[in-house]
Amino acid sequence: VPETDGTTNGVEMLVPTFARLLERAGITKATSGFWCSGSSDYLAGRAFSFVSAVDAIGAYPPINESHVEADAAWALYEAWLKLRTGEVDTALVYGFGKSSAGLLRRVLALQTDPYVVAPLWPDAVGLAALQARAGLDAGLWTERDLAEVAARSRADAATTRRRSAGAGRRRDLLAAPYVADPLRAHDCAPITDGAAAVLLAADDRAGELRRSPGLDHRHRAPRGDRRRWAPATSPARRRPPPRAAARAARRRRGGRAARAVHASGAAAAAGARPGDDVRMNPSGGVLTGNPMFAAGCAGSAAAPADASTPGGRVLAHATSGPALQHNLVCVMEARA
Amino acid sequence: MKRRAAVLGTGQTHHTTRRTDVSIAGLCREAIDRAMADAGVGWPDIDAVVLGKAPDLFEGVMMPELMLADAIGATGKPLLRVHTAGSVGGSTGLVAATHVQAGVHRRVLAVAFEKQSESNAMWALSIAPPFTMPVHAGAGGYFAPHVRSYIRRSGAPEHVGAMVAVKDRLNGALNPFAHLRQPDITLESVQASQMLWDPIRYDETCPSSDGACAVVIGDEDAAAAAPGPGGLDPRDGDAHRADDVRRPRPREPGRRPHRRGGAVARGRHHRPAGRGRRRGDLRPVLLVRADVAGEPGVRRGRAGLEAHRGRRHRAARAAAGEPVRRGALLKPRSARPACCASPRRRCR
Repeated sequence: VPETDGTTNGVEMLVPTFARLLERAGITKATSGFWCSGSSDYLAGRAFSFVSAVDAIGAYPPINESHVEADAAWALYEAWLKLRTGEVDTALVYGFGKSSAGLLRRVLALQTDPYVVAPLWPDAVGLAALQARAGLDAGLWTERDLAEVAARSRADAATTRRRSAGAGRRRDLLAAPYVADPLRAHDCAPITDGAAAVLLAADDRAGELRRSPGLDHRHRAPRGDRRRWAPATSPARRRPPPRAAARAARRRRGGRAARAVHASGAAAAAGARPGDDVRMNPSGGVLTGNPMFAAGCAGSAAAPADASTPGGRVLAHATSGPALQHNLVCVMEARA
Repeated sequence: MKRRAAVLGTGQTHHTTRRTDVSIAGLCREAIDRAMADAGVGWPDIDAVVLGKAPDLFEGVMMPELMLADAIGATGKPLLRVHTAGSVGGSTGLVAATHVQAGVHRRVLAVAFEKQSESNAMWALSIAPPFTMPVHAGAGGYFAPHVRSYIRRSGAPEHVGAMVAVKDRLNGALNPFAHLRQPDITLESVQASQMLWDPIRYDETCPSSDGACAVVIGDEDAAAAAPGPGGLDPRDGDAHRADDVRRPRPREPGRRPHRRGGAVARGRHHRPAGRGRRRGDLRPVLLVRADVAGEPGVRRGRAGLEAHRGRRHRAARAAAGEPVRRGALLKPRSARPACCASPRRRCR
């Protein structure tokens, strides 16, 4: 949603999210062996906002819990590691962000180097525009490509529950003025408040949960989780990570394309050219709803639905920091 | 399924009120360089990096892992940022251990820092967002009501908090890296210090420090390949950098210097500084142990005591002719000598 009346600690958004998830999975809160969340203090405007968010879970009896100051996709990664140790067989991951609480473009400037860059208060959209310009100049994409991504995202979003940023044909979109040259309004993710939660289960436990009649999502530990760091200093020379990851996914599939790709960021979506038989951001992606610190997790949460037939593969992408600095790619496969 | 994890090396900076001579990145790097030298590993050996830090408001940098990525060697490697409030130092080590225990990485670098001189720690914790009860004035303002409530419900004697402060400060007096070193502290001096947040007194509160600590955690093979003991000792010349000598603590405006109590410390909690110190004593070798709560005989939340026992334990193994190597892997309590197996007896 564009804006919530709730507090910045996410409790109002998380409680119904957990209720839906747990009801669908047919389990109770006590079943989850590990909790891991992603959020940001600067977005919430206070220290330790995730502690207040624990109200949404209830910290009694004591829980096994952890938190990352990043998109909950990284919390998903930590939970996946935890499952792999065998210490727990289920993990509940959640993320929340109330981007509407402040001036997001200004808040995100604080992610930059505090000694030499942050004092200039670089605008977050402006930084993304620098990267988009570098891509244009290098011939990686065109403004037309970017508009096509936006048009497709909006069309897809219209079929889901996600917030729609309004429909738009490519030609109309390209006639709009620049927000930050070369980015137009449709290239920028909207300000969105939101929360997302994912339930992970280890192999044998997933089998049990799946047999319960209420479950329609087969959540499972992502397989072949790969993360790539790209040097932020040379945006023009590097390949957008989602594209590389999509290729990797295809390679692992033995030439068959992945079924769906969930990518964060317009430039990322434009840079990912996975092939005709791959659906990009079938739910609309971040261009139609970008709850900070939950978006990447939400992509991962939506992904299993797109790979629900056995053998289907789906790739989810999350990004952190200015100019796609830190990226997480998660490949999931449906099994019979 | 779960692989075993060992601490290969550790490193830390001196903790002090202000390190104006280094940036945040420089501070982290001092600890990292020492940990990696201690573990005998180079950058190509590190598979992943975990950065711990909470909260971001202490330095005024949102998600500092992003701007620190180059300095902490995370470029091109998986990087995970841990933020679990006051427990973040421990959680960073635990998450790094999870990377290894999950069988995903062989050697993981964990680093945690605070550079509280970049802002004001107390007021960074005292932001009153809308719709939230504004009871905070620093962490003490938050916890004091909980402490009062606990004392009332449990009937806990009022001096036990001061005992913890005395014990920790005396331990700190043995640690050349510690910010506050108060070998003369006594129960009486703590109880005589100024009341800040009833019932929490000045000498029961943490100082605001600049400092960083790093650990290299590896799997069994990595532990076997690690060099033996004898890494960095703070008293070795090579442990010091020109920019990290301990300098006199600058006076903070509005803060009284700590009491150096006139009374001579007494009681069984007191150990004079320097007595029984051995090379390597300060290494928190058993950081991982707190994470093995699921294993038989090992209890959570006793990391300090466990570290103490761990040293004894290894000494006992050496005496019994068993091989003892650096980064010795953790054994359940049942496998330890009797003196260490009892939760009540301190082995001395």
